[in-house]
Amino acid sequence: MNFKLRVWRQENPKSEGRFANYEAPDIPSDASFLEMLDIVNEGLILKGDSPIAFDHDCREGICGMCSLVINGTPHGPEKATTTCQLYMRHFRDGQTIHIEPFRAKAFPVIRDLVVNRAAFDRIQQAGGFITARAGSAPDGNAVPIAKPAADLAMDAAACIGCGACVAACPNSSAMLFVGAKVSHLGLLPQGQPERMRRVLNMVKTMDNEGFGNCTNHYECEAVCPAEISVAFIARMNRDYAIASVRESVE
Amino acid sequence: MNNGLDSKIPGGPLEKKWSKHKFDSKLINPANRRKYEIVIVGSGLAGGAAAATLGELGYRVKCFCYQDSPRRAHSIAAQGGINAAKNYQNDGDSVFRLFYDTIKGGDFRSREANVYRLAEVSANIIDQCVAQGVPFAREYGGLLANRSFGGAQVSRTFYARGQTGQQLLLGVYAALSKQIAAGNVRMHPRTEMLDLVLVDGHAKGIVTRDMVTGEIASHAGDAVLLATGGYGNVFYLSTNAKGCNVTATYRAHKKGAYFANPCFTQIHPTCIPVTGEYQSKLTLMSESLRNDGRVWAPKAKGDKRPPAQIPEEERDYYLERKYPSFGNLAPRDISSRAAKEACDDGRGVGPGGLGVYLDFADAIKRLSEPVIRERYGNLFDMYHKITSEDAYKTPMRIYPAVHYTMGGLWVDYNLMSNVPGLHVLGEANFSDHGANRLGASALMQGLADGYFVIPATIGNYLATQTGKRPPPDHAEFKKAEEDVLARIKKLLNINGKRTVDSFHRELGLLMWDKCGMARNDAGLKEALNRIKEIREEFWVNVKAPGANEELNQALEKAGRVADFLEFGELMCLDALDRKESCGGHFREEHQTPDGEALRDDENFAYVSAWERTDGTPVQHKEPLVFENVHLAQRSYK
Ligand SMILES: Cc1cc2nc3c(=O)[nH]c(=O)nc-3n(C[C@H](O)[C@H](O)[C@H](O)COP(=O)(O)OP(=O)(O)OC[C@H]3O[C@@H](n4cnc5c(N)ncnc54)[C@H](O)[C@@H]3O)c2cc1C
Ligand code: FES
Repeated sequence: MNFKLRVWRQENPKSEGRFANYEAPDIPSDASFLEMLDIVNEGLILKGDSPIAFDHDCREGICGMCSLVINGTPHGPEKATTTCQLYMRHFRDGQTIHIEPFRAKAFPVIRDLVVNRAAFDRIQQAGGFITARAGSAPDGNAVPIAKPAADLAMDAAACIGCGACVAACPNSSAMLFVGAKVSHLGLLPQGQPERMRRVLNMVKTMDNEGFGNCTNHYECEAVCPAEISVAFIARMNRDYAIASVRESVE
Repeated sequence: MNNGLDSKIPGGPLEKKWSKHKFDSKLINPANRRKYEIVIVGSGLAGGAAAATLGELGYRVKCFCYQDSPRRAHSIAAQGGINAAKNYQNDGDSVFRLFYDTIKGGDFRSREANVYRLAEVSANIIDQCVAQGVPFAREYGGLLANRSFGGAQVSRTFYARGQTGQQLLLGVYAALSKQIAAGNVRMHPRTEMLDLVLVDGHAKGIVTRDMVTGEIASHAGDAVLLATGGYGNVFYLSTNAKGCNVTATYRAHKKGAYFANPCFTQIHPTCIPVTGEYQSKLTLMSESLRNDGRVWAPKAKGDKRPPAQIPEEERDYYLERKYPSFGNLAPRDISSRAAKEACDDGRGVGPGGLGVYLDFADAIKRLSEPVIRERYGNLFDMYHKITSEDAYKTPMRIYPAVHYTMGGLWVDYNLMSNVPGLHVLGEANFSDHGANRLGASALMQGLADGYFVIPATIGNYLATQTGKRPPPDHAEFKKAEEDVLARIKKLLNINGKRTVDSFHRELGLLMWDKCGMARNDAGLKEALNRIKEIREEFWVNVKAPGANEELNQALEKAGRVADFLEFGELMCLDALDRKESCGGHFREEHQTPDGEALRDDENFAYVSAWERTDGTPVQHKEPLVFENVHLAQRSYK
């Protein structure tokens, strides 16, 4: 297959970016999107041009390192699929493909298609944990957890932390990411003691990092490769409301 | 006979060794812990758990990873599960049985005391993870669920859908995040370790490159922990993440750390077959699928009919036929070789005849499609994404692929290498899996090392080191920084005609052919010559564009491939030395009449630990002593 690429190139965080055009000829339809970029990069290197920088690692849809906005959609056109799991057979032969970085104030571009998502780490540090000192844990079966609750916690915990939700949101909101973590931990009995502090601190950090508010567009859910449900945002909002009331009373 | 390798295995009966050792180990009192700076490279299950736990104990920790966040370490990709001797199923499991299965699964090439300790702490790991909120699968009654993995006849594997590694790592990451917020751990993502620094013969820090700015920096510590994962990417194609490398451990090897059993690599039987030359990685289909899937190949050579048209009596369910008591759950090395045998025999399926079927038709008939979907839905989806085939309707095609490396830096019972102060954890060390790792045991080992072993043993070293941490501008650091920079400049200045990937692919194919699923004397010798040639060409003809002072992914790769090009040689040398077959190491000259691995306990019951010299590497042997298990030919029949 043959493709035309329009790719965002930006040397460093301070420089101005621009789109550049490349040809991607003779791409096997079984190649993944990133393998297509590998092939283009091999050509660029041999020509003495600088290869296109993009983030990736596991290439099996789980580490959350790959990103890219492909033809306007984070992670491209396939539902519930990361860029690394997207295959060229889903594109038309001869098609022009636009490739941009995830864009959000809180995710500054580092180079080309690589962005800085450290804000997510800082939100996690603000409260995304259950305190459990190694060595002091009770037996794993000491507290039975009903299967539906455990399953729902797992649905929320499946978030891969890629940031596509932020990139898709017109307000660059991180509510789906934060909602998933708050829900995962808040649904489990172990997560109760820190539940209120957790939601307050994580939401506060999210706001400070420059993520926008949720105005119910649900673009986040539509692009999420892990199919995290927006119901977790509602759950977080409930927890947040309760926690704020309690905080003001105390 | 052991050439100065002291494994420091405590005396006394097997079941008492770990408790006794913990009691005998030196403690650092809480007020003094903050005086120690510990450098940890790696944020996977092993490194991340160690960083979180040591931080919580009050040590000052610096932790490094090459990804943009510690949450993305390659442990995240583990699918199937984690073993623990909980015996929640009341099916006869025990610490001793997990110990025995692991020793036997490793084909009697691991240390009894280490493996026993692993089995012993396995139960605490599950408790720890549950307490952190890891959402393990549960039964309707609310208790933890289990499944079976290869090489075991009990159900002791805990899992979180098909994403067990992800959930365990997110547990680690959460604990680590808490310690980062508390200021006990300073995290350095997108930072690659490029050298180990020794001061007076002790590991006292590392030199790193900031992958965004190119800054070369020194980090001094009282001890260094490497938890940098495995070196499977020496084969180019593997199930490992693209960034997995041997660089950290190999540079430590160059500074004096012995590399143990480098030829012990694991080829996983159930991966999606290779489709083309452009391919950048291989994808695993979890071993858990073999709980319900049946492996088969056509009985007739060259049978090109679609699977549905091959009648039952013309199918060879070869694992069930050859290993009736373990059937489809035969261990990985054995299942992989059996698949290769079927394909070598001309009975392989799919493009190039390099594949066999993993068939769920019977399980779907027995349990229904929704049940199978609930158990393996995400794996079937992944298979569909990659191959565009529906495994609910037609069998999966699978083929073995490189997956895990049992070899690694040599460590003693304290997880310290022969270089004082340098500790090695997780897949990066050699210690627990012998010549073949059983499924669901790597996650167990990583967390055991990080949460429970190193916090108890590191005091033995630190207690002798009060006040000996050098400043980061010590001459040894300066020298190491200069060497690192000189090497980077050299790579950038070659400006040849071939890309880094093209060298990596060439090396990988060679290693797969000559040092992969089957090895022989002539092939290994040929590989040794070829690797030298490829390496020589690399250093005059590679093209790594750009500069150091920028985000430069080609440069990162070039550094790693340069190390693989040296390390591959060590693997072949080790494989050549080991004139026996054991576990994943199959020497064609040494097999039983029915094609099974033929061990030679008389001559090869040792750990082979290689010391680097200017000339040929020097081999040190640590004899393996078995006091609690009877050495037997491994049989899964
Ligand atoms: C696809 C797949 C599925 C698997 N499934 C299972 C399973 O079901 N059960 C099981 O028990 N095991 C499984 N395994 C094996 C298991 O996942 C790994 O062996 C284990 O997670 C390794 O953990 P680790 O902490 O040692 O290393 P890793 O998780 O690989 O972490 C390595 C860390 O070191 C860092 N690092 C590496 N090099 C450098 C450097 N030079 N500088 C700075 N940082 C560096 C990385 O950034 C990373 O943080 C699977 C493996 C794969 C590939
Ligand atoms: S590279 Fe890991 S999710 Fe895409």
